[in-house]
Amino acid sequence: MSEIQINSIGLKVGLEVHQQLATGTKLFCNCSLIESTEYPLKFVRRLRISRSELGEFDPSALFESSKQKTILYYANPESSCLVEQDEEPPHDLSPSSKETALIMASALRTDIFNEIYVMRKLVIDGSNTSGFQRTMLIGLGGSLEVDGKNVGVQSICLEEDAAKLLNDSFNFREYTLDRLGIPLVEIALEPVSGTPEEIKKIALTLGRLLRATKRVQRGLGSIRQDVNVSIEGGGIVEVKGVQKLDQLEKVVEYEAKRQHGLKIIADKLKGLDTERIAKERDVKDVTGAFRNCKSKTIQKALVDGAAVKAIKVKNFSGIFGFEPYPGIRLGKQLGELVRFFGLGGIFHSDELPNYGIEETEIQQVKKILESQQNDGFLILAGEPKKLDIVIESIIKRIEDAKIGVPAETRAATITGETVYLRPRPGASRMYPETDIPPIMITNNELEEAKKKIPRSWEESILELQRQYELNSQLALQIFDSEYLDLFETICKDKRISPNFVSSVLSGTITNLERRGLDSRLLKDSDISKAFGFLAEGRIAKESLEIIFESMMNKTASSIEDAIQKNAINTIEDGDLNNILDELVLSNIKIIEQQGLRSIGPLMGLAMKNLRGKVDGQKINQLLEAKIKSRISISSE
Amino acid sequence: MSHIGYRGKGLEFLTKNKIEIGDLVKVQTDSTYSGILMPRYEHSDDEHIVLKLKNGYNIGLQIEKIIKIEVESRHSVKKENITQLRTDPKLPKILLISTGGTIASKIDYRTGGVYPALTAAELNASVPEISEIANIDTEVLFSEYSENLLPEHWIKIAEKLDSYSRSEYKGIIVAHGTDTMHYTAAALSFSLSGFPKPVALVGSQRSSDRPSSDAALNLISAARFLVETDTSGIFVVMHNSISDDEVACHWGTRVRKNHTSKRNAFQTIGGSPAFIVKKDVIEKDPLFSPLKKTYNPRINFDSQVMLVKYYPGLDPKLIDYAMSSGYKAIIFEGTGLGHVGKVMHESIARMKRNGLFVGMTSQCIDGIVRMTVYDSGRDLLNLGVIPLGNMIPETALVKSMWALGNTRDINEMEKIMQENIASEISD
Repeated sequence: MSEIQINSIGLKVGLEVHQQLATGTKLFCNCSLIESTEYPLKFVRRLRISRSELGEFDPSALFESSKQKTILYYANPESSCLVEQDEEPPHDLSPSSKETALIMASALRTDIFNEIYVMRKLVIDGSNTSGFQRTMLIGLGGSLEVDGKNVGVQSICLEEDAAKLLNDSFNFREYTLDRLGIPLVEIALEPVSGTPEEIKKIALTLGRLLRATKRVQRGLGSIRQDVNVSIEGGGIVEVKGVQKLDQLEKVVEYEAKRQHGLKIIADKLKGLDTERIAKERDVKDVTGAFRNCKSKTIQKALVDGAAVKAIKVKNFSGIFGFEPYPGIRLGKQLGELVRFFGLGGIFHSDELPNYGIEETEIQQVKKILESQQNDGFLILAGEPKKLDIVIESIIKRIEDAKIGVPAETRAATITGETVYLRPRPGASRMYPETDIPPIMITNNELEEAKKKIPRSWEESILELQRQYELNSQLALQIFDSEYLDLFETICKDKRISPNFVSSVLSGTITNLERRGLDSRLLKDSDISKAFGFLAEGRIAKESLEIIFESMMNKTASSIEDAIQKNAINTIEDGDLNNILDELVLSNIKIIEQQGLRSIGPLMGLAMKNLRGKVDGQKINQLLEAKIKSRISISSE
Repeated sequence: MSHIGYRGKGLEFLTKNKIEIGDLVKVQTDSTYSGILMPRYEHSDDEHIVLKLKNGYNIGLQIEKIIKIEVESRHSVKKENITQLRTDPKLPKILLISTGGTIASKIDYRTGGVYPALTAAELNASVPEISEIANIDTEVLFSEYSENLLPEHWIKIAEKLDSYSRSEYKGIIVAHGTDTMHYTAAALSFSLSGFPKPVALVGSQRSSDRPSSDAALNLISAARFLVETDTSGIFVVMHNSISDDEVACHWGTRVRKNHTSKRNAFQTIGGSPAFIVKKDVIEKDPLFSPLKKTYNPRINFDSQVMLVKYYPGLDPKLIDYAMSSGYKAIIFEGTGLGHVGKVMHESIARMKRNGLFVGMTSQCIDGIVRMTVYDSGRDLLNLGVIPLGNMIPETALVKSMWALGNTRDINEMEKIMQENIASEISD
């Protein structure tokens, strides 16, 4: 095992950014862009694969259809209608989404087509009730300037966002419909060779350009990056669902390692005498040998009437468990593959005996397979019909291993790794959306879009600094945060200091998030309301954090509730005086010893009980006066 | 399909450059694009050509901006491979007659919308589950949107079904567009009353070229319905809810399309569907008991009937005009319990004097016509208007066309219209 040399493997990374637009309505209906909390409507669907316009089947759609899952949808009429339920044809394209896409394309100097065709991109995992995502190619080409260098733009599409996955189990998938149909702009950049940090910088720059239009949604999930990663001589791997930029850097690093690891494995295989797995000869039913097996995966499968099959792989002993980099093994790749067919897992010869599979069972398998010393084998359990499909995929995957990195679609995990998702989709997943006639782009619209190109994000930040007297760091923080619009709304109330607002929005709330609290429980309207109370003097500055914390940890359901539950501002002046008098009396020794400097420790004690209930400055003033009068008494 | 949809400048451009649909071409404008030339929709302008790029997207390129175009390779569009039907001698046989509609549709390059195109065989190939239920024979009768169907088409379908009335088939599926499927169902119910086999009219509300199409489940359920139940007669078989779980079998004279787009648009009026096909079982409505009749095909229609929805301001001259144009019957979709305003009386009286038929249904759709409750109803009865019970207006229209096709005698016609022929009237 060695450290990976990222510069020497021909790493290329192409970013595909999906940005939700804040255009008020969905792309093809008038539903609001809100997240529902309750879903009174529930329905069930099954999707079937359909042919492309050219009469072909798409490989990734075929793969998905082989899983045959039932899909449950949950809907709320406040956030979705018959269009999202696939019970009504789409309405006209949202004019404001169209305009926004044209502005973004113009800002990136893209060649925009005069005539645009809405296409159906086949996606039959259930994330679209129709079984396809409506998408249109707005233009090709263009460039983005990053640190004085130009990064090429491949294409810009305007499309519908997918439904949100709630749950994915063996036979069912569950989705909610509020997100389905939200307008998205997809910008694909040319693959570039660069370090993961440089890639991150490109993503950040593009994100800022989009935010400068002030026509985009903010918040977690409103911008997602897909990353196309490849190394020299390998297929292109598309990684989906990178939500945060820190994750992006890790994903690129992980993929570089994984792909190079696969290349090392392929090189090793080239020196061996291997053979393609022949189903008749090399795949055997070994259910009998596993009747009393202690492995939970196998026991569970057998209860459901499954079969156990073993596959012999010639000269593969030691290959499945070989680790060119930590955690990068062919065995793991196969495990991910079978899990995506809904199988519990796969066992390979290099890791056995283990996991409840014992030596006696291994010997029986080897005997049935007529396996030689250097042969490897795989064991998997599942419903016989499904196993057949899975075994086909395994055979293909092992053939791919001899070449190196197969082109495939993977999903980013929260920790910045990636797992197998499906084969790479091809052009055959495209079909014209027959419900919508072609959309014309007039020269007039192009001219208008050019006029509306936003100023650069650098200028936007300077403007923020000027308008709100912020320092550059705070201005940048608030610009990059999800709260820019909210910040500007709150600052309309001149009683509140923009500096304070920006530090709460980009500091306090982020800190609470870092402590594991959920900022989604805190709505923009709640934050506005709390600042309103502050402006009216009903609460102290210190109370904001306490209020937000109670909202984010679910102990309070509203701002008022939080104020009440934390007993904020319920202390009358008379009571405050009494509390402070008592504090001074019980700490008289400290005052006598430290004189005026005792304000420090006493303030700390006072704030312990009074934080958020009374303004800190007020406590400080009162306490100081009391200490002073104490000192003067004792000195008399 | 060399230049479908291209005309004017577009056609001229393609002809001049010797380019046909399906060719892989390289086009140079400000940028260079490579893609397959696709057909163009008929209503589009003649200023653009349509390319399918390698990534699958279609785009329109303005001809004026094209500097150069050249063919990279000819006709790269592949033909579809249709798998052969499997047969299992142990399974019963079903006939699938295709008449068109979105259950069998794909993109239409003439308009860009969908058109009825797939043959029943192709359809069968795309829903292989059917071959596990029955052995299917298929026959394409015609291929039309159902809004284009005429009583002549009903006759064609009825004659075709009649020819199979004593065949080996356990039942027959008729693939049909949904818009007028309930009219056809009623027409078949009357003209083939007592038909000895079950017939399932099946359509889809989402075209079969999309993964979410309801066509497959409707077809599979119709096949199961024909094979697993012991019933006969004409049914409409469509989704029972917006979910892909239950499919309803509606009696052919009691069904109506009640929604423009939902999967469960078809509903049995004034009751429950006759059967519900569920995952493991087919449930019969306990109240469903169609009339037992001996098979008596009378496949004749005369379409000189007018269905008139009464509304405030309806001009009675319209009735006079219909009469003078040779119409022989009027079915009113009256208000409430079966009323039309006094302004209509004179025209109705004239119709009756001329020996024409006037029947009354209700625009409430659900519920019975009772013309003895109010004076206005009694006046109409006195004028000779025939109340048609709870017959659905569209069913009454079709029935009167059928009755007229079989008799010219007004007394006979009035008798037929009030007689329960195909359970079109219920209590």
